[in-house]
Amino acid sequence: MITMEQVTSIVQIKGIRDGLLATFSDAAWEDQRTALILQIDEKPAFFQGARLAMDVGNQVLKVNDLVELRDQLSERNVALWAVISESPMTEQTSQLLGLATRISKPRPEEQRSFADTISDETALFISKTIRSGTRIEYPGNIVIIGDVNPGAEVIAEGNVVVWGRVRGVIHAGAKGNRNAFICALDLSANQLRIADEVSAMLKPQKDPRPEIASINEAGKLQAELWNVS
Amino acid sequence: MTAQVITVTSGKGGVGKTTAVANLATALAMDGKRVVCIDGDIGLRNLDVVMGLENRIVYDIVDVIEGRCKLKQAMIRDKKYPEMYLIPAAQTRDKNAVSPSDMVRICNDLKSDSDFVIIDSPAGIERGFRNAIAAADRVLVVTNPEVSAVRDADRVVGILEAEEKGNPSLILNRLNPTLVKNNDMLSAEDVLDLLGIQLIGIVPEDENVIIGSNKGAPVVTDAKSRAGQAFRNIAKRLQGQDVPFMDLDSQSGLWSAIQKLTGRK
Repeated sequence: MITMEQVTSIVQIKGIRDGLLATFSDAAWEDQRTALILQIDEKPAFFQGARLAMDVGNQVLKVNDLVELRDQLSERNVALWAVISESPMTEQTSQLLGLATRISKPRPEEQRSFADTISDETALFISKTIRSGTRIEYPGNIVIIGDVNPGAEVIAEGNVVVWGRVRGVIHAGAKGNRNAFICALDLSANQLRIADEVSAMLKPQKDPRPEIASINEAGKLQAELWNVS
Repeated sequence: MTAQVITVTSGKGGVGKTTAVANLATALAMDGKRVVCIDGDIGLRNLDVVMGLENRIVYDIVDVIEGRCKLKQAMIRDKKYPEMYLIPAAQTRDKNAVSPSDMVRICNDLKSDSDFVIIDSPAGIERGFRNAIAAADRVLVVTNPEVSAVRDADRVVGILEAEEKGNPSLILNRLNPTLVKNNDMLSAEDVLDLLGIQLIGIVPEDENVIIGSNKGAPVVTDAKSRAGQAFRNIAKRLQGQDVPFMDLDSQSGLWSAIQKLTGRK
């Protein structure tokens, strides 16, 4: 059994602009979860209707861990809206569950410039269709095997490659990299963005072909046939 | 017996979730199965109306959860099919009166002596939706051939995938073959192309559905209705039978007779 003193050392809860932030220190996930719930049950009136963000450090969390905790919280009328994590796995899981992975106050390491973070070797690899309401963010390149459906958003500080159809919104070079590109087998997106250039809506094509979008010499966003030669 | 728990959901409202639940449950009961329907739309209940059981409600699901009655007491037996039951929603409470673990507990209690438990999910993707999918063994997503309904269905499929609820099946409701032919409506192919999930049935637009809902007599009991036939086929597929898809283009039967009479074509 955990004592109340241990509880507050495992999970620290403080107020931030967007509600409450629970910061977890190193411990097993079960203990962290119990500690959080214990703190809430201690002062139910205080937590009533609260919006909670969690900073889980480098803890690797699975879908079930997050879903279970979210349900436990919602039974106490606490809404979990964000999970901040150093683990890309946890970050991706949270994004797929529709949770935010950044809160308004950026962490210090997120203030790096894009030049440091984009390395040609690293990419977030997702092999599934990105559906409406899902937002994928990554401080590097993103490769998707699957479609990007209308209502989905994919935001990369580097390049975005989609082996499938793009009907949603894609933003490459999100931190200002004008050399970033977007390519897809069928690029009929609602909207494409590279750095701060925004494309007009692209018409769906009868006979789609692989295309690559980039910023041309005139400084405009343009799409052309993707010729890999 | 161990029941299969099936949740019917859609994201968008008004696409025919409740109609689908009432019809599938009735069709399963007509095939001799023991079926329990649960109305998951706490605060906006209407499955009881569509099933024609409104006047019989004494206890509801919130009474069961809060211990005011036994589960059996809240199960309303259908007038026509004694093997079909409804557990109604509470009308004077909200979604927070039920939690996902309550739904799991109730479904586990029902599993031992029924063949199917069918849960009618509320619209949206919030608490009520999460309650409805908590206990599901299988999820049916209902959509209409409309861009907005399909986008909401896509969102729901995304959540089901993220929460590892297994592969949902699609019911495409209110398809009008004539409009599709004239390129005025999304076709079944367009919808499937975007959602990329398995199709379990296409229900054609049929005014008898509305008439049946208002009368509290689901359209599956009408042997001539095309929509009724479509729901009967889906019920067979839920029982694991391989039923070929209806040919919606064939202009035979009642529908074309009406069209000929009124001069529409």
